[in-house]
Amino acid sequence: MAQAPTDLTRLAGYELAGLLAAGEVSSVEATQAHLDRIAAVDGEIHAFLHVNDGALEQAKTIDERRASGERLHDLAGAPVAIKDVLCTIGMPSTSGSRILEGWVPPYDATVVARLKAAGLVALGKTNMDEFAMGSSTEHSAYGPTRNPWDTERIPGGSGGGSAAAVAAFEAPFALGSDTGGSIRQPAAVTGTVGVKPTYGGVSRYGAIALASSLDQVGPVTRTVLDSALIHDVIGGHDPHDSTSLKREWPSFTAAAREGAASGSLAGLKVGVVKELDSEGIAADVQARFQETVQVLTDAGAEVVEVSCPSFEYSVAAYYLILPAEASSNLARFDSVRFGLRVEQQGQTVEDVMAASREAGFGPEVKRRIILGTYALSAGYYDAYYGSAQKVRTLIQRDFDAAFEQVDLLISPAAPTTAFKIGEKIDDPLAMYVNDITTIPANLAGIPGMGLPMGLGDDGLPVGLQLLAPMFEDARLYRAGATIEALLADRWGGILTTQAPALRDAAPSGSSATTAGGAA
Amino acid sequence: MKAKLMDFDKALELFEPVLGFEVHVELGTKTKMFSAAPNPAHPEFHGAGPNTLIDPLSLGLPGSLPVTNETAVRYSISLGLALGCEIATSCRFARKNYFYPDTPKNYQISQYDEPIAFEGQVEIELANGRRFTVPIERAHMEEDAGKLTHVGGSTGRIQGAEYSLVDYNRAGVPLVEIVTHMIFGAEHDAPELAKAYVGAIRDIVLSLGISEARMERGNLRCDANVSLRPRGSEQLGTRTETKNVNSMRSVERAVRYEIQRQAAILADGGTITQETRHWHEDTGVTSPGRPKSDADDYRYFPEPDLLPVEPSRELVEELRAALPEQPVARKRRLKAEWGFSDLEFQDVVNGDMLHLVDATVAAGAAPQSARKWWTGEIARVANERGVEAASLVEPARVAELQRLIDEGALTDRLARQALEGVMAGEGSPAEVAEARGLKVVTDESALVAAVDDALAAQPDVLQKIRDGKVQAAGAVIGAVMKAMRGQADAARVREIVLERASS
Repeated sequence: MAQAPTDLTRLAGYELAGLLAAGEVSSVEATQAHLDRIAAVDGEIHAFLHVNDGALEQAKTIDERRASGERLHDLAGAPVAIKDVLCTIGMPSTSGSRILEGWVPPYDATVVARLKAAGLVALGKTNMDEFAMGSSTEHSAYGPTRNPWDTERIPGGSGGGSAAAVAAFEAPFALGSDTGGSIRQPAAVTGTVGVKPTYGGVSRYGAIALASSLDQVGPVTRTVLDSALIHDVIGGHDPHDSTSLKREWPSFTAAAREGAASGSLAGLKVGVVKELDSEGIAADVQARFQETVQVLTDAGAEVVEVSCPSFEYSVAAYYLILPAEASSNLARFDSVRFGLRVEQQGQTVEDVMAASREAGFGPEVKRRIILGTYALSAGYYDAYYGSAQKVRTLIQRDFDAAFEQVDLLISPAAPTTAFKIGEKIDDPLAMYVNDITTIPANLAGIPGMGLPMGLGDDGLPVGLQLLAPMFEDARLYRAGATIEALLADRWGGILTTQAPALRDAAPSGSSATTAGGAA
Repeated sequence: MKAKLMDFDKALELFEPVLGFEVHVELGTKTKMFSAAPNPAHPEFHGAGPNTLIDPLSLGLPGSLPVTNETAVRYSISLGLALGCEIATSCRFARKNYFYPDTPKNYQISQYDEPIAFEGQVEIELANGRRFTVPIERAHMEEDAGKLTHVGGSTGRIQGAEYSLVDYNRAGVPLVEIVTHMIFGAEHDAPELAKAYVGAIRDIVLSLGISEARMERGNLRCDANVSLRPRGSEQLGTRTETKNVNSMRSVERAVRYEIQRQAAILADGGTITQETRHWHEDTGVTSPGRPKSDADDYRYFPEPDLLPVEPSRELVEELRAALPEQPVARKRRLKAEWGFSDLEFQDVVNGDMLHLVDATVAAGAAPQSARKWWTGEIARVANERGVEAASLVEPARVAELQRLIDEGALTDRLARQALEGVMAGEGSPAEVAEARGLKVVTDESALVAAVDDALAAQPDVLQKIRDGKVQAAGAVIGAVMKAMRGQADAARVREIVLERASS
């Protein structure tokens, strides 16, 4: 048997899980390797808000259970990073906000409980835009996360922490949440893979709500197969979430393995959404996209153009529905039962609530609460929230019509490569339109995947988005794994292997793949 | 605080009262409306300590989500059907957004424009025999808020309090809110109609078995809307909404008070402020609460965390088929079954004791015995203390008391003493009798000895009896009962005295 690689952090999640299952690597070793990596690079990246000091203890328990002959889950002992939007027993869960600083929930989110039950070891909690409001992680109350490809740049958002953690080899697996692109857009700009499942496919119980009708938890990894492995663990009906779907899901892992093995897209009909392929997409992103279309065609896919005329209203509708729901969801942060309290002698409870919210919420959160409160007000409801819901129906119809013609839709996952920290922080509208490619899927509830499709002119990752019809998440994994394999063949390895080494980084291991040809 | 009041008859001469009611019914499901936390309105969880019946949702913790209680939905449909309502084929929950520390999420999950039940009516019968149909606008499902206790300050209200305590046990208790249309034409009967309407709702809820419906515990709460308009006017007057009316008697009094208060203001050329008012049971007055304009903006929107409720027609028909009889029909049936005279039955109804007598009979007592307890001793104590009879003792205990009499273990007099102990919270009738040493003396030799002692003290009695003056025995029986501290069976004592006289 070959000797275990010296740097366990460079392995794909499924590779590491294989070594763990074979007993060639212990969970303590795997966990320690990632904790060491975090210690080495996270000072610069700041992907983590909290590192789990119980991780090694949990890893040890898994090793003991394995040693005693217990049959464990395929991923048992593998480390995972958890977005701070998710409630975790024993670890603070702040959703990137000052108002929840130090708050430790008395319960685990269902997805966290399912990871635990499968024996995965939580490394810690990852940084995010406050309450997941943002596309750059700059709106975190605890400082921005940096993109491992260029630390002057944003890692995307809101789940920049999880994406940066996997891109910087601080974790093989991570969880994210996607309300308007918070999994797919960070994947695009960090050269990683992220999936927003079908709405209702993964439980929201214990995910601190941003916009209830849009939020969906999903995997963040470096490979398509790794995302599928995590999706299989966290997905499926949860009686604690009424919007969770009661249906049997196929194995996403099997779909990803099939896709990777087949190497062909013959018979697959793919649509390019005209409205997501023009204005506002940078020339280099556009170029990588056209090259990818060619790769798909070469592999046997039939690529056609489809039109989704209502998409032009999607950003406007999204920025009414999201703030409306958020204004209500965030009302509970009032200092009465938990969280930050700012008070002075003699103040009424209303005074204390107002002062605590004033001090505890950042400017973007306040902006959206005000927007949402206004949109729901009597006399404006029909014009704003009501109209936005109608747009949502139109977008669903656009997708329905498109999926009558094609099996999958593709588009760039983000209009540009990662922008510089601070570049758009004072221009909320510029930040909002950044999500134009990802938002329609949330409005319609359909599944979407972000995966790498090469590097831009600036040497930074460019992401591809795949969209499938409702409930057809498996189709994303099958096609995504094929595309990933085709591209990796061209590049000589998955894209993250080309990421520059980080300062203070531990010496690179004996990874079989090294930085290969450019896209 | 004492407002100027107009004589009731005078007020009715000048003005027409228009009524409307919002009645909240706490459903007695095992768990809360949207979570698995225990429901304090379920008998099993009475008296739980503050903040012990809670879970993440009851506290509105980040990440918690609601899940609709299907039993509560069934109860709500049954209630809607019993109110003669149509049942929605699909209805959504909505968020009612407002900040208040007893509302853990700072929104209440309620129903807004899509109630589960709508457009029904309730038949009621007043003591004077007048029948009335109260039109129901809607009955919708929602969750209750927690309970605030204001500490410091003189009024026990939030204004002036030093601090407030919050108990979230009640947060999330399933409620059905029943809203009437405006009720016209009640006239002089308005106060009694108010009481009879709440009584009818209570009877319906009890017959369905969906709530204990104890007003003093807040299982059933009534907000009474009252407005007046001058005779001959088409235009509606400004209404007030009186809250905190937690007995049927109070509903009647509060409506009467508001009619008299508003009439006095209007007759003086004043205007009524649209506001909630707070009923004070002790002083019998209402005081201003918060101003309530029709423009309160709760920013309702459909609850995105819950799916619409879509009761199947099969379920609705199943529940309809299982409905108990309507209260008016039930009254007629019970009167016949129990064989009460008109007067006896009216006494029970007026005392709001129909359900108590019914429950006591159901627990095994003979109807006449049950009636005598409730309209007699228990009503007397209730009047004396100014409380509801129902709050004094459980019907099952009254039935047990009667059984002890029927079995000869207690005399009527001992039973009244036992009842006193039961009402004082000393336990069941048997436990009280045991603890207080209440029991009929069945020791024959002790009785004979006591009789002989009494006869010896009154030597002329035996001769009087022998002379045919049997009533003379009464003095001896009284003396024996006194000597036995009431714990003897008077009938048996009388037999012994007569035996002595004839021997």
